[in-house]
Amino acid sequence: MLGILNGQVYDPLNGVDGEKRDIWIRDGRIVAPEEVECKGAEIVDATGLVVMPGGVDIHSHVVGAKVNAGRKFRPEDHRDHARARTSFSRSGSGYTVPTTHLTGYLYTEMGYTTVMEAATAPLVARHTHEELEDTPMLDMGAFITMGNNHFIMNCIRDGQPGKARDYVAWLLGATKGYAIKIVNPGGVENWKWGRNVGELDDEVIGFGVTPRQIITTLAWVNDELGLPHVPHIHGINLGQSGNARTTVETIEALEGRRAHFCHLQFLSYGGEPGKLPRSGAAGVARAVNEHPNVTVDVGQVVFGEATTMTSDGPLQYRLHQLTGHKWLNDDVEGETGGGVVPVLYKRQNLFNAMQWITGLELFLLVDDPWRVFLTTDHPNAGPFVHYPHVIQLLMDRDYRAEALEGIPPRARKGALLAELDREYSLYEIAIITRAGTARALGLKNKGHLGAGADADVTIYTPLDDREEMFARPRYVLKDGEIVVHDGQLVRERPGRTLYVAPPYDPGIEADLRAHFEACYTISFDNYPVAAEYLPRGEMIPCG
Amino acid sequence: MSPRMSAIRVIENVVCSFCGCLCDDIVVEVDDGRITRVRKVCANGRGLFTHYDPAPRRPTVDGREVAWEEAVAEAAQILDRADSPLIYGLSSTATEAQRKAVALADKLGAMIDTTSSVCHGPTSLAMQAVGEPTCTLGEVRNRADLLLFWGCNPAVSHIRHFARYSVTPKGTLTPKGRRDRTVVVVDVRPTASTRAADLFLQVQPGADFEVLATLRALLQGAEIEAETVGGVPTAQLQDLVERMRTCRFGVAFMGMGLTQSRGRDLNVSELFTLVAELNQYARFCVIPMRGHGNVAGADQVLTWQSGYPFAVSFARGYPRYGPGEFSTVDVLARGEADAALILASDPVAHFPSAAARQLEHIPTIVLDPMPTLTAQVARVVFPTACYGVDAAGTAYRMDGVPIRLRPVLPPARPTDVDVLERIIEAVTVGN
Amino acid sequence: MNEQFTLITGRTPEQGQGLHEGKDSEAYRRATALVEMNPEDMAHLGIEEGQVVRVRTVTGQVEVPVCAGTLPPGLLFIPMGPAANVLIGTETESTGMPPFKGLAAEVEPT
Repeated sequence: MLGILNGQVYDPLNGVDGEKRDIWIRDGRIVAPEEVECKGAEIVDATGLVVMPGGVDIHSHVVGAKVNAGRKFRPEDHRDHARARTSFSRSGSGYTVPTTHLTGYLYTEMGYTTVMEAATAPLVARHTHEELEDTPMLDMGAFITMGNNHFIMNCIRDGQPGKARDYVAWLLGATKGYAIKIVNPGGVENWKWGRNVGELDDEVIGFGVTPRQIITTLAWVNDELGLPHVPHIHGINLGQSGNARTTVETIEALEGRRAHFCHLQFLSYGGEPGKLPRSGAAGVARAVNEHPNVTVDVGQVVFGEATTMTSDGPLQYRLHQLTGHKWLNDDVEGETGGGVVPVLYKRQNLFNAMQWITGLELFLLVDDPWRVFLTTDHPNAGPFVHYPHVIQLLMDRDYRAEALEGIPPRARKGALLAELDREYSLYEIAIITRAGTARALGLKNKGHLGAGADADVTIYTPLDDREEMFARPRYVLKDGEIVVHDGQLVRERPGRTLYVAPPYDPGIEADLRAHFEACYTISFDNYPVAAEYLPRGEMIPCG
Repeated sequence: MSPRMSAIRVIENVVCSFCGCLCDDIVVEVDDGRITRVRKVCANGRGLFTHYDPAPRRPTVDGREVAWEEAVAEAAQILDRADSPLIYGLSSTATEAQRKAVALADKLGAMIDTTSSVCHGPTSLAMQAVGEPTCTLGEVRNRADLLLFWGCNPAVSHIRHFARYSVTPKGTLTPKGRRDRTVVVVDVRPTASTRAADLFLQVQPGADFEVLATLRALLQGAEIEAETVGGVPTAQLQDLVERMRTCRFGVAFMGMGLTQSRGRDLNVSELFTLVAELNQYARFCVIPMRGHGNVAGADQVLTWQSGYPFAVSFARGYPRYGPGEFSTVDVLARGEADAALILASDPVAHFPSAAARQLEHIPTIVLDPMPTLTAQVARVVFPTACYGVDAAGTAYRMDGVPIRLRPVLPPARPTDVDVLERIIEAVTVGN
Repeated sequence: MNEQFTLITGRTPEQGQGLHEGKDSEAYRRATALVEMNPEDMAHLGIEEGQVVRVRTVTGQVEVPVCAGTLPPGLLFIPMGPAANVLIGTETESTGMPPFKGLAAEVEPT
């Protein structure tokens, strides 16, 4: 038994807003007051400290084939960012693309205990799980890319949504994934012809289906299967001027079905295609406010080095041409694609400055904190280690105004951001960094401190300097064990892999065998990721 | 029917872990704990199943058979005493063992390097310089209408590559298989692979960079006055550029003809840049022809644990990258390692003699299923199980697709994972 | 009589398959201890098929039998393995990769 006593507790899922509470832990779980046995318990004195559930990141690229390709081709990213091993922890390196062990340590030292890997191509899901085994500390799940999947597009074309549903269920089980991910639906397939899509009703070459059909079918499938999370959507036209229009159209296309829109900042630009954009946050935030079926994360730009990596192959080629930076591309047979390009976000660059403004405006214009979450789409808009900096921008309007002064006048001219004086409270920060994300992910044991929750707890020293406060937690507990003290890792322990296993009609396997025979270079029998890759798996129930 | 007869097992979809193709359609028949028949396997891979003797053998110290505990203790002592130990190889074993090898290097503060440094190390350097537009082999099967093989000889080194992935298979956009594709081979001499080509460009040895730079120039519309470049008629190069520019989906495969020739990584950078530039006109990708069955996995594991794909030193407690500095041929030639652990590879058979000889002068530990030339000079030898035959594990195909290896024989020997775990526990450095 | 050649090393089917027989096997030794030459170069030097020649580089020398190959004039090929290793230096030009292909070499009958 361990007690965290006298802290100011922020536990939004249980309606606790900074009240003084004691938190009791036994066997890695939070226990109800009536079960507490104080005698012999270890005590953490949290008097004067802020107590929150461990952070839950809803969208981050930290493990798997694309991430590792990014690590491999950026030695320049690692050289000045190395950490030595200790008697209990491994060495590592990397700033925007840290190694697996270092990723676990850095997230934990920032008070995060659960992280979702945002995009895994099904064919290489085994790679993701191998890296998860080498990523200590964190509980993690992987989203599986499906927005350009041949089998699904064939089902849509043939008017067989039920077959698509069974396939998705099979695929999630076969990859030990957590959620449906959609990336530039149809556009990645068209990229294999050197093309893209630009409108929701454009045709996917060779399939006769549209981005709209892919999104609505997968949103329907998600509801049918009762998956804990919702379809996680990276829409069309990412990064392009004027994409706010197609983003709003995509929200409307759902016709009330639930979905999550990730790194919305990259999809909220006004202006004319091909010209310098301006923020389109106001219109997109309005659409989000009007559609309670939708949650979003922001993907806030942080000035400095970043590594862009996405399944959006055509986007990455465009970025390569735009910047001249080195370019990785990986087209994955019948499923998806992807690319990696390093970028440097510069305060003085008009486009980058506008991206920074757009992200902050989204945070401040989406009314309901339960539906807008903190991310940097790590490492696309900046490394996750800068979350505390973003928190300070949200909590402190003077600090924000000062930061806005630092960007070129042409970029901030007419920007709504200057007029937005909303400040996030600690309660709201707790929502956008853990309670809201856990709820959106359908993780009932995460993001709160009620009885039965996983005992993942972060304890901060309250400081006016919010960046410092959130960068160096006084304590972090994972499964009830103290793993960080004064911002430093003090113990390594393994995390768990969160996955789903929805039921499906096994009759589909005959079709799948034929499909594999016709299209794949690996046999159907060798495709699924078996349980041996998840030595510490935790199945999250559906329905 | 005798009980023995009824014991014949036919195992389908077995993965051959010999080369980077990782063909996963092999059929193996096992009778009474022995492999009696192997189907669909190529001449290179067959020996993995038919010549490997899985009978348990005891480890040796200085040629003397000892108990496993004694060999582990001896290995740990060698590593504990060393100031500058080296771990090398990793390419013919599963990622599970590779992960342990990197963990051991981290604990010891050792240098660690893989056989990549003598095959596709320069390819990694090129990728780090200019990027790499690539795709999986299924995209080749289904889409590619133009194939370019540069400085590689798959008909000898990756025997089923042509049939399973590249030249002849029928795919969704290539229903006629071979007839839907143009095959171009570039090499310094005719080989078994050039016989399969529609076009063969014979370059002079060492002229690859020149020829590639010329192709880039022609693609950008430059006029070349010289009648030949690097031994190839300019008209032939112009013809190739036209084919590449106007194809639907082109794929270049490259091998050690580029990485081991004058220019090394610069040759590869030039090819990768050409491929990237071709994407203004057509879709074009490149796939390095990785040799050993899991050398691609060695790159992956070392990268996700240290940040770098080969030539890494943990001597300062954190990973540093140093091709030319921490790469094994250089380290051995300069006499900078004072102990070595060789995992699943045979540097004595494949290194320049001056580097290989150094392994006789320092205490060397070998973990390998096969009796290698390196084992002959080693102080401690662990005859471990063979991945994909009597040990399970994971291997990465040349295109980065990870595949599960399921053993076809019951395990009789300890795996290299077991041995490495025990060595990690036994060494006291780093505790 | 000495003659300047360019030496490359690499895989052969026999070398790859000889691996499985064991590297101390006769099959592996036979597969790796040979030099391929252009037939015209052989004629020019008066070398017969199967004749043992001395191949020399700045690093070392080996004596191996010759076999006629489909090589352009001026090129030599030795399969990767113990014989080739003697001829290859350890200068990697900061890449880790020794010069396995493109070495200057001389051939003389023994």
